[in-house]
Amino acid sequence: MKKYECIVCGFIYDEAEGWPDDGIAPGTKWEDIPEDWACPDCGVAKSDFEMVEI
Amino acid sequence: MSSITIIGSGLAGYTLAREFRKLDKQMPLRIITADQGDFYSKPMLSNALSKQQTPQQLVNTPAAQMAEKENIEIINQCMVESIDRDQQVLHTSQGEFSYSELVLCNGANQIKLNIDGDATDEVMRVNSLQDYEAFYQQLQGKKHIVIMGAGLIGCEFANDLGNAGYQVSLVDLAPQPLGRLLPPQAAADLQAALSAQGIHWYLDNSVSAINHSDDGYAIELCDNTRLQADLVLSAVGLRADTGLAEAAGLACQRGIVVNEFMQTSDAHIYALGDCAEINGQLLPYVMPIMIGARALAKTLHGEYTAVNYPAMPVMVKTPACPVVVCPPPAQQHGEWFEEIVEGGVKSLFKQDDKLLGFALTGSATAHKQQLSRSLGQAAD
Repeated sequence: MKKYECIVCGFIYDEAEGWPDDGIAPGTKWEDIPEDWACPDCGVAKSDFEMVEI
Repeated sequence: MSSITIIGSGLAGYTLAREFRKLDKQMPLRIITADQGDFYSKPMLSNALSKQQTPQQLVNTPAAQMAEKENIEIINQCMVESIDRDQQVLHTSQGEFSYSELVLCNGANQIKLNIDGDATDEVMRVNSLQDYEAFYQQLQGKKHIVIMGAGLIGCEFANDLGNAGYQVSLVDLAPQPLGRLLPPQAAADLQAALSAQGIHWYLDNSVSAINHSDDGYAIELCDNTRLQADLVLSAVGLRADTGLAEAAGLACQRGIVVNEFMQTSDAHIYALGDCAEINGQLLPYVMPIMIGARALAKTLHGEYTAVNYPAMPVMVKTPACPVVVCPPPAQQHGEWFEEIVEGGVKSLFKQDDKLLGFALTGSATAHKQQLSRSLGQAAD
């Protein structure tokens, strides 16, 4: 499972944990998150996240 | 409307440009910037040492690449000297530029305090990547850093420097860190965590003089405490950069005044980011910029869209004790109710029964989504 870091604020999306607060189940892969999802901490668009190697 | 001209290449300027390009790939779009024009995130400066990032690594996308990727004309190292609103012309260090729609994203500047001494010119700032590069160079081989200002930026940098092995002292007028944002118990939790990391506090205090000494700087505080420092960093607060706007006759108070469409008192000029004042408020944080940029991009594209701010909690990125704060709206009466919970402090600002704001520290920050949704409603 991979982790993705918001390039603006450093928030980390961990595929293993998902983000249940926005209805994203644990295990949800990055590609499967809706394109209009935004960083919960700073509001940056999904397209502005980058993948971080574990 | 035939073109968009943006002044400033920070988060506001580039986010607006990118959001506009999602709607319109063709309309001429230019950014005029006084610096190099590289895209970076200012919030990342205060965690860079802990992540062992150099200033170069903090550049997300160099200017030339942004220009190509987004189809933007970037005019860098260019100072805008004045705005001729009648002729719709900018006078700059690189000549004149006509504009049809203009967006001011020129940010804010570090407040300069009146301090005595022969070394005040050597006080460092971190309000831009350029500032940070100079600070980073000076840090090498140093030991004791004195930070003026224990607000959000001061505390984040203190934590980062502490993690990287520097000795840090924080000086602030307030009796607690984040004096303007946090209620006392939440602030005490943060203070204790940073103290445990070795940070020294000089609260209810301020720097009165900075002089050169044999091995660095001799600092005098207003209570006559003397400190020896290798480097002094100022994080005392920002003032919106309204000089250009004021000289052009635009309405300005604490910032460039804009309406709900981010429009200034001139129909062809807008403002976004740390320089803008909406409803009497300055919101120098990322989320208001993202939301403002999306609405403004639509407006510039021809679809007037008012900005609508939801709850926008502010994250304080102090890994020693993370903090989330949603300050109550200004001039609202009410009271803070603070509770020590498992792993942190949970503070609620209530007006009678209604929740108007909150502050969370440590593992209590897990409650932030739920509290954000409860704002404006009856609180438990």
